[in-house]
Amino acid sequence: MRKEIRIGGFGGQGVLMCGIIIAKAASLFDNNYAVQTQSYGPEARGGASRTEIVISDEQIDYPKVEHPEIFVAMSHEALIKYIDDIQDNALLIIDPDLVYKEEIDNIIKEKNLVTYTSPATKTAQDTIGRAIVANIVMLGSFVEATNLITKEAAKEAILASVPEGTEDMNLQAFDEGIKIVEKT
Amino acid sequence: MEEKELFVQGNEACALGAISAGCRFFAGYPITPSTEIAEIMSKKLPTVGGHFVQMEDEISAVGAIIGASWAGQKVVTATSGPGVSLMQENIGYAAITETPIVVINMQRGSPSTGQPTRSAQADMMQARWGSHGDYEIIALAPSSVQECFDYTIKAFNLAEQYRVPVLVMADEIVGHMREKITIPSEIEVVPRTMPEKVDNYLPFDADDNSTTPMPAFAEGFNVHITGLTHDERGYPSTDDPDVHTKLVTRLCNKILSKRNEMALIETEFLDDADTIVISYGIPSRSALTAVKQAREKGLKVGYIKLGIVWPFPEEKLLELTANASRIIIPELNLGQIYLEVDRVLGKHAKVELISKIGGALHTPDEILSKILEE
Repeated sequence: MRKEIRIGGFGGQGVLMCGIIIAKAASLFDNNYAVQTQSYGPEARGGASRTEIVISDEQIDYPKVEHPEIFVAMSHEALIKYIDDIQDNALLIIDPDLVYKEEIDNIIKEKNLVTYTSPATKTAQDTIGRAIVANIVMLGSFVEATNLITKEAAKEAILASVPEGTEDMNLQAFDEGIKIVEKT
Repeated sequence: MEEKELFVQGNEACALGAISAGCRFFAGYPITPSTEIAEIMSKKLPTVGGHFVQMEDEISAVGAIIGASWAGQKVVTATSGPGVSLMQENIGYAAITETPIVVINMQRGSPSTGQPTRSAQADMMQARWGSHGDYEIIALAPSSVQECFDYTIKAFNLAEQYRVPVLVMADEIVGHMREKITIPSEIEVVPRTMPEKVDNYLPFDADDNSTTPMPAFAEGFNVHITGLTHDERGYPSTDDPDVHTKLVTRLCNKILSKRNEMALIETEFLDDADTIVISYGIPSRSALTAVKQAREKGLKVGYIKLGIVWPFPEEKLLELTANASRIIIPELNLGQIYLEVDRVLGKHAKVELISKIGGALHTPDEILSKILEE
């Protein structure tokens, strides 16, 4: 079971942290194997930024993502920039407030993508009161839509990763993410 | 200490490995993609009684670790290609003075400042030949985050055992990717053993093909250290051809004569293999995937991974590949270790290079296509 995941957004949004938590949950708490890599360079400071994760129940030889079958898009620029090599029938999760879905309707149709929406940024702002946890809201949506990591492992990995004093807020963000994700 | 599992970057694993191996001194000049090592060492070393010094450049960085090594510390610096270029003179000085030092090179696109944020394996020949003169070093090439930890410890142990500069030749990809590592409850560490205090002590009086226990400053030994050709006392002796021949031959042979014994080789599917993919460092991950895919197609393809690239384990490789007619070597450069493989194995097998530069790792498909070419 080799699963290739890509998460794209803009620098500062926390997509990297989201990817690290997913990989940490899979490898440390679900006892699977995981490798996390990231785009690394000047583009990470403001422009499109991405992280990639491979999860498997066997040892992972080739560590990079070639054709993601799960793509989480938290910005339109990242979606357009990184969607090219997505697999047919892949699962796409978008933040509908940050992405113009109509611009990729042709790709969704052509590749027969299964699309989910998660208004993670709006939920972080309005429900939790802190836009900064949008990445953790999206993490909840990712777990709910994909079942690739268990909720328990995700929570353990959140607690092991977020700054002290923000644990409750992040767990709440995670729970909200589970609730708001919808298949379109 | 209890066994621990962590999910970390290769750079962090190198730093943790260094500290686990007993390293208590880091001097360096931060450079992408190795910067995290300096960052982590600056935080961790003071908490274990060690010292971190940010130097003005890489020339002084390696000078400082050589000095600290002679003060009795286990030492490391971390850098990338441009930094290693500046370090070359002092790496030669460490070789001739038999100073244990560990240099971590997170290789990036080159030459010159090249591609700071991209991967390469283009410093492999520099690792061996970068400084002037006949000398030998040891170079390891990690292909995973766990190996960043394990090989860094190994580098310290080899540096102590052979009193030689040891280079950890990692790369941007392995330095920045994250994987789970296991830190074992017990770690084998080669300690620094002081020589015995005897009358007429001769600090460099070593047998052929070996070295001597290393003294330290301020421990009561009469020690003179110089980059000039020196006799058993450590005193310059620059005119006598015999003294020079004896010293330089010994410096080389103490490493070369152990090349098969210290080899760190992993193999898969060699039994009936007529084609063998030989790799080191991060392309090994693509190579193993490709070899497994070739096996699924029923092809007799084997896999060899070199953990230690220098000294090159010639006889061991000849033995492992004796029945193969074709060798394929993927490298992130235009052909460096390929030349060494061809020199050693080219007489009995056709050796083919899969070269890739620009910063991305070979895909398994690229290696599989080469395997399928015949």
